[in-house]
Amino acid sequence: MNPLLTFATARRVLAQLRNDPRTVALLLVTPVVLVALMKWVYLDQDRVFQRIGVPLVGIFPMTSMFLVTSITMLRERTTGTLERLLTTPLAKLDLLGGYALAFGAVAVLQGALTSAVAFGLLGLDVEGPLLAVVVLAVVNALLGTSMGLLVSAFANSEFQAVQFMPVFLMPQILLCGLIAPRAAMAPALEALSNVLPMTYAYDALSRVAGGEGFSGNVASDTLVLAVASLLALALGAATLRRRTE
Amino acid sequence: MTEPAISIHHLRVVRGGNEVLHNLDLDIEPGVITGLLGPSGCGKTTMMRAIVGVQKVASGQVTVLGQPAGSSSLRAKVGYVTQAPSVYEDLSIEANLHYFARLYGVPTGRATAALEAVGLSEHSTKLVRQLSGGQRARASLASALLASPEVLILDEPTVGLDPVLRAELWATFHQLAGDGATLLVSSHVMDEAERCDRLVLMREGAILAHCPPRQLLADTGASTVEDAFLSLVRKPGVAV
Ligand SMILES: Nc1ncnc2c1ncn2[C@@H]1O[C@H](COP(=O)(O)OP(=O)(O)O)[C@@H](O)[C@H]1O
Ligand SMILES: [Mg+2]
Repeated sequence: MNPLLTFATARRVLAQLRNDPRTVALLLVTPVVLVALMKWVYLDQDRVFQRIGVPLVGIFPMTSMFLVTSITMLRERTTGTLERLLTTPLAKLDLLGGYALAFGAVAVLQGALTSAVAFGLLGLDVEGPLLAVVVLAVVNALLGTSMGLLVSAFANSEFQAVQFMPVFLMPQILLCGLIAPRAAMAPALEALSNVLPMTYAYDALSRVAGGEGFSGNVASDTLVLAVASLLALALGAATLRRRTE
Repeated sequence: MTEPAISIHHLRVVRGGNEVLHNLDLDIEPGVITGLLGPSGCGKTTMMRAIVGVQKVASGQVTVLGQPAGSSSLRAKVGYVTQAPSVYEDLSIEANLHYFARLYGVPTGRATAALEAVGLSEHSTKLVRQLSGGQRARASLASALLASPEVLILDEPTVGLDPVLRAELWATFHQLAGDGATLLVSSHVMDEAERCDRLVLMREGAILAHCPPRQLLADTGASTVEDAFLSLVRKPGVAV
């Protein structure tokens, strides 16, 4: 690995995004609009807004980075640039690291903006440290990025790549505890939710919302998320074959 | 002959269940331009992919500058321009070149000369998305030229280009070879044959001939490379 090449790749990915202002606007504005919409929906039920607001702010980056990454990487595979990159001195890990760095940076921006609006303007409360929400948002975004890199290997077209989002993420949203408490689920579903990374994202965020800091369960949840990211990244690296038929 | 720049030994490649390269043997001389000619589908791209180390091979060896093809030590020394332009559509030409310069560890300032060599200087800030097919191909070529690789593998680099520009590109290729680079340039049309120092004629995954253009014409008694190709198909056997 060569950090110069990792940075060069992150810079290139960010430059590609910059030339697509509409995507950048969607990335930054969508979560803000969704939180505002939720505030409106639960205008008379502030307790519900408080319960799901913080997890939403922290989990949203996972879904948007999953989508942008899987499409960007799919394009890299289908337009021949990936094959070309693999003939240059760029190592596979430089490529994956470049993606993670670029989309991690976007996630910081997205998380900061959404947090500013949600906590500053919309009256969302977090009893734990606000910084922990932003950190978790970035960790979740990195997880979304590595899962997106991985699934891009199984899609042949952008249509397929887009469909992976409901396939991969919707079940996780349903089972993570956000919609219904996990303890009230059928035992099989609860067991399944134990191996889905979003469960740990939700658990950490709701604990921070309730006043816990970066220790104990929140720290171990974050560790699980980081390990899941690395695992997806390693599997993603394995799908980047230098030699193909 | 001096130590070959590229050496292919008993190479067999299977793609989609069919054997597309049959037991090829080929030594490419260093410091010259070798033209790889043959009809569409004969296996030119497959052979080039094997040389840059992205093709799965069934058996045989490919050696480049004394190293097994695809070795990490070769990646800064071997440039590959794919048949379909492989540059980023949503970046400007310049941004593409700068990225590839960084990957090859050469100064980004080299982009200027590379753009001039392919005649794209005035368009450097345009997004690749806004370019014509030929311009994209040239942007793709420039991204490899700027690294001044020791071995340059160019898959149909001049197809569909304006004849004036084609002549200029060939002058650039000769200059690179003059500076010591080894070039392998493929084409499915025979009209560029006389611009090459050596020719490799291919058909259906096998090599028909490997020699300088003049010798090919002399040995086959043909007046054009196309006629020489025809006579070789009917009566194979010119020295490799
Ligand atoms: N991705 C692929 N999968 C299966 N077969 C392929 C693939 N690409 C090319 N082929 C086959 O390999 C043979 C050689 O193709 P190629 O090397 O692209 O020829 P050329 O570059 O001379 O036009 C052809 O018969 C083609 O059909
Ligand atoms: Mg071809």
